[in-house]
Amino acid sequence: MSAVEKMTPAEARLARVSLPDGFGPARRDARDRLNAMGLPGRRDEYWRWTNPTDLIAPEPVPATPFVDDEPELFGDIDRLKIVFRDGVFDAEASDDLALEGIEILRLAEAGDVNWASGLYGTLEAAGQTPVARPFATLNTASATDGILIRVTGRASKPVNVIYDYSSEVCDPILHHLVKLEEGAEITVLETGTAGARANQLWEVDVAKGAQFHHIRVQGRDHARRAVTGIFTRVAEHGLFKSFTLTSNGALTRNECVIDIVGDDANAHVAGAALGDAKSDPFHHDDTVFITHGAERGESRQVFKKVLKNGAEGIFQGKILVKPGAQKTDGYQISQSLLLDEDSEFLAKPELEIYADDVVCSHGSTTGAIDETALFYLRSRGVPHEEATALLVLSFLADAIEEIADEQFRDEIVTRLESWLARHRG
Amino acid sequence: MLEIKNLHVKLEDEDKQILKGVDLSVEAGKVHAIMGPNGSGKSTLSYVLSGRDGYEVTEGEASLNGLDLLEAEPEERAAAGLFLAFQYPVEIPGVGNMTFLRTALNAQRKARGEAEISAGDFLKLVREKAKSLKIDADMLKRPVNVGFSGGEKKRNEILQMAILEPKMCILDETDSGLDVDAMRLVADGVNALRDAGRSFLVITHYQRLLDHIKPDVVHIMAGGRIIETGGPDLAMEVEKNGYADLLAKHGIAQEMA
Repeated sequence: MSAVEKMTPAEARLARVSLPDGFGPARRDARDRLNAMGLPGRRDEYWRWTNPTDLIAPEPVPATPFVDDEPELFGDIDRLKIVFRDGVFDAEASDDLALEGIEILRLAEAGDVNWASGLYGTLEAAGQTPVARPFATLNTASATDGILIRVTGRASKPVNVIYDYSSEVCDPILHHLVKLEEGAEITVLETGTAGARANQLWEVDVAKGAQFHHIRVQGRDHARRAVTGIFTRVAEHGLFKSFTLTSNGALTRNECVIDIVGDDANAHVAGAALGDAKSDPFHHDDTVFITHGAERGESRQVFKKVLKNGAEGIFQGKILVKPGAQKTDGYQISQSLLLDEDSEFLAKPELEIYADDVVCSHGSTTGAIDETALFYLRSRGVPHEEATALLVLSFLADAIEEIADEQFRDEIVTRLESWLARHRG
Repeated sequence: MLEIKNLHVKLEDEDKQILKGVDLSVEAGKVHAIMGPNGSGKSTLSYVLSGRDGYEVTEGEASLNGLDLLEAEPEERAAAGLFLAFQYPVEIPGVGNMTFLRTALNAQRKARGEAEISAGDFLKLVREKAKSLKIDADMLKRPVNVGFSGGEKKRNEILQMAILEPKMCILDETDSGLDVDAMRLVADGVNALRDAGRSFLVITHYQRLLDHIKPDVVHIMAGGRIIETGGPDLAMEVEKNGYADLLAKHGIAQEMA
């Protein structure tokens, strides 16, 4: 028996970890950390409800690329487009990487000496305690491309990272980094599906008084698998806001690790997930960890899931308030709307508080469509399915309201409406 | 307009008969009132006519201008011109009142084979109707009934009625929870909609709403049946003497009513 045959899939995957050029020390450090922590198995508490097998397998489960027939998201909005096709930067489809108020580099071309060298991998590494997040570490070690954005002022328009893939075994690892200088502001839009199995990571450093807005719409592909991570550090008076819309996907694990390090900082993370497992499996996992390490911080987690025909929704969310983080205001809500009796929602909301003058709350609910409201709408002439769709939008409203800008919000609602129209009955 | 014959209804999940043979005929352009003590079946009648789940019709029939109501879906009944003003209007967070009104109006028009109303015409229509009901722009923008006072909710019901222009309006205890001024505003809204082609069935505990919405016919309901029918005087009589004498006359025990 050869050595390879004796390895577990996780060991085999670790043996294949490559270290592309650039950010050498950070990548080597990540590889060492990854070897020490290992890849998750089913017995891992943090992976109890999401089976990581397909994520650590040497090769991805093939996924036929999906043709999205809807109008291009944010197509009418003036934005800087950065396109990754099959995990590779597509210069032709992208705009010039130049925008007033920001500086953009590509990870694959950045080399070792640049403003990002002291930052790459550091927020990811800092987010590894108390819970290990091996796929993020794998990403730091092996990411082949991504964008590095330094925001020095107010970005004159949003940056839209657009993914697409054409190979059914496309298995990209992309690492993006955003450094917002004091008082800087940017909106990042992220749309599409990066691969049959994608590992996407964002490290976002929000300096004093800076504002980061992130609106992500994960692609409509049914067969794709994705593990994503957002690691952010928010300084005083900083603002971090992230909203994700997920519809479809055989497996999605979105992790978000937020560290509030400065006083009077705000961090909001929200998600709306829609799954119909009628013809393809749907499994969606939101895993969030917010640490309040400073005073008067405000954090909100608003996660909503609409599930039908055996779709699975997971939420693991934690608020940790460190000693001295007084006047913290932490809020967490996770809710699911089950449109039938076959779907499942599992939630683990957690609070851990070491300061005595804080307001923290968490709630988790699961339920069906409100029959009284449904009858009310139908009694006004709204047909059953249209009434159901309105009530689903009603259910999702709190999450969508987390998108600050109305024009983005409207596009998200349009997407939701068309998903609901496609998944009636 | 509305024809109800020998309607018997029980609760779907329980062996409890609520309506025990209701006969009622409402002609076009008329206002009928139904009064009756608690538990007499008034609200059940309104729910069964509009198609709420949870009830089982064991006998009898109900039709609206020839449409068999009991076989139709709630939305079909609405498109045919039936409207129920709820006793407790439902709050729908995240759905704007305007969106709700427009969705409902267009759904009904579509069901009737009519063209959808344009955004401009709709806005004009809503503004005009809202003004007469003293509903301000803010109430139209807010989510359906969310954060509305009791009076605002009831006015919003009447606004829906004014916009949807139903033929048969059922008002289920629309006066409950309203102060005198709010009740007058609601009654004025209803009176403005009185028309030769539109009928009303006003369900109420108290005669005072009928001071404002003058009925043509008054029915007394008890024990799941209409036990007495008369003119507006009948309501005055009940207001003065209560239901006891009427119940005794028809051999219905007070607690059974």
